[in-house]
Amino acid sequence: MTLARDLVVAGAITAAIAAVPLVVTSGAVLNAVILTLYAALLGQAWNILGGFGGQFSFGHAVFFGTGAYTATILQLRFGMNAWAALVCAVAAGACVGALIGALAFRYGLKGSYFALVTLAFAEVFRILATTFTFTGAGVGLMLPLAESAAALQFTTKAGYLYLILALVVVGFALHIWLKHSRFGAWLTAVRDNEMSAAALGVDVIRVKQGAILLSAALMAAGGVFYVQYLHYIDPAIAYGPAVSVEALLGPLVGGMGTVFGPLLGAVALHLLSESMRNLLGDAPGLSLALYGIVLIVMVRYLPSGLMGLFDWRRRS
Amino acid sequence: MPDFSILFAALLNGLTQGAVYALIALGLTLIYGVLHIINFAHGAALMLALYAVYFLYTRLGIDPYLALPLITAGMFALGYLLQRFIIGRASHGRDENILLVTLGLAIVMENLALFVFRSDTRTIETPYAFATVEIAGALIGIPKLAALAGAIVVTAGLYILMVRTDLGRAIRALAKERQGARLVGIDVEHVLAMSFGIGLACVGAAASFLMPSYYVNPTVGSGFVLIAFTVVVLGGMGSFVGALAGGFIVGIAESLGGLYGMALGLGENLGQLAIFVLFIAVLLIRPQGLFGARA
Repeated sequence: MTLARDLVVAGAITAAIAAVPLVVTSGAVLNAVILTLYAALLGQAWNILGGFGGQFSFGHAVFFGTGAYTATILQLRFGMNAWAALVCAVAAGACVGALIGALAFRYGLKGSYFALVTLAFAEVFRILATTFTFTGAGVGLMLPLAESAAALQFTTKAGYLYLILALVVVGFALHIWLKHSRFGAWLTAVRDNEMSAAALGVDVIRVKQGAILLSAALMAAGGVFYVQYLHYIDPAIAYGPAVSVEALLGPLVGGMGTVFGPLLGAVALHLLSESMRNLLGDAPGLSLALYGIVLIVMVRYLPSGLMGLFDWRRRS
Repeated sequence: MPDFSILFAALLNGLTQGAVYALIALGLTLIYGVLHIINFAHGAALMLALYAVYFLYTRLGIDPYLALPLITAGMFALGYLLQRFIIGRASHGRDENILLVTLGLAIVMENLALFVFRSDTRTIETPYAFATVEIAGALIGIPKLAALAGAIVVTAGLYILMVRTDLGRAIRALAKERQGARLVGIDVEHVLAMSFGIGLACVGAAASFLMPSYYVNPTVGSGFVLIAFTVVVLGGMGSFVGALAGGFIVGIAESLGGLYGMALGLGENLGQLAIFVLFIAVLLIRPQGLFGARA
């Protein structure tokens, strides 16, 4: 798609979602839209590094948790304003990204080694958060209710919907920029063939470093949204594998390295888990088991994701 | 500074715990190192094997150690079928895909176990579970000593398999040069599946040695996954002796880390932390491992 068409499609999707609260008042429906957008945001964050950059992280929770904990602790223990805390949390996530990137990329960790090292970092952070009372240890931290826009908390679901939509729009902007910019071209060149990219003069380490920085920052914003919306965080939620899996599954189902893949994947997965819940009831484990099956089936039969179905030229 | 007898007990405890890690890591090093397949479902496979030991004991009264041949045979079959019909076919021969497929398998296994067995933690009560012997003033559990012996026997067995048998030669040929192996008439898909099967059979053996002194619940495996990876990376991919030594090092690091964590008032978590810090450090500084050749 050309830049103009990407912008038009992104604008149309944003406008359509923004119109939802004007038409629908059902809390359950709005909640479903919010959670889908939230999953899309995590997917977008992962997609920057994994989809465009080809660096598969299995521990994206490390950025999510850092964002969530930073925002909560700054508000709770230092009385910081929520908006300022959001900015600090995103910066903190980016710093952790820079740290992991500096270590992993400088030492040339690729493929499964990179996946392993990100997983290990998430575990280290989980254990640290469980150990220190500063982070509430195993009990976790509660973010007190303070329902005002200044505290980044809203009395209506519509408020949260616009907040998460704004973050997803930032994600769209980053994706469209990556697709049409020189930096994005470098990044996909590194993904497709690192050696030839380097031979053509691309600074491989710096490009990867930039990608992990953006990816981590966006993921941290997802963590902030989580605490603002649900008011609670503990080490298992923040740094556990569930968030990391959720972040990579959306782009995988929707289409890795595409602008609209993460959102499409999030919508498809949400519809799937909802319909399964209606069909089979809320049995523990069943919906996640289904996610695992979807993952395998997608890799087997549709490796380019749902977006691959839209790519008529490649199919014919 | 803890006094010597406590230190010695912690060392011994770490050594036997490390033997269990080594047993799990042996299967992983075969799959991961020799075949370049990243098996993220390794921990989930261990969990299934532990449930098998549990049900064989509670329903049929078969002792965990007597169940060992049954469990290893069952896990071998599972591994063979998974590689042949799911992982091999779904991956289209690409490493990233193998990563994702085994992750998917892990999610499916863990959550089906959660659905079928619920999240209860289960243990078995054997007459010898708490039997101990005294070694130089330190008490050590008989099941843990059995695991230590088991780890050494399995390592030796794998070593002989790889060096002395045709299957071992085929596996090594495949690890070096897959295309060449195919050209000289090796049935690549069959040998890959055999390796995966043997890898999971090791997990079955580990489960038999682990269960008398441990527990099982649907997520028990995930705790072992990273530890097993640490052991494999530490020992050098594909090296069985390295995996054994790596297991001991990790077990001792955890045990001593926990001891000093307690002494510093930071809790036993420091032991686990020591493992992951060790893991990251080895990945960064010496990714070929302590016993692996430079790639």
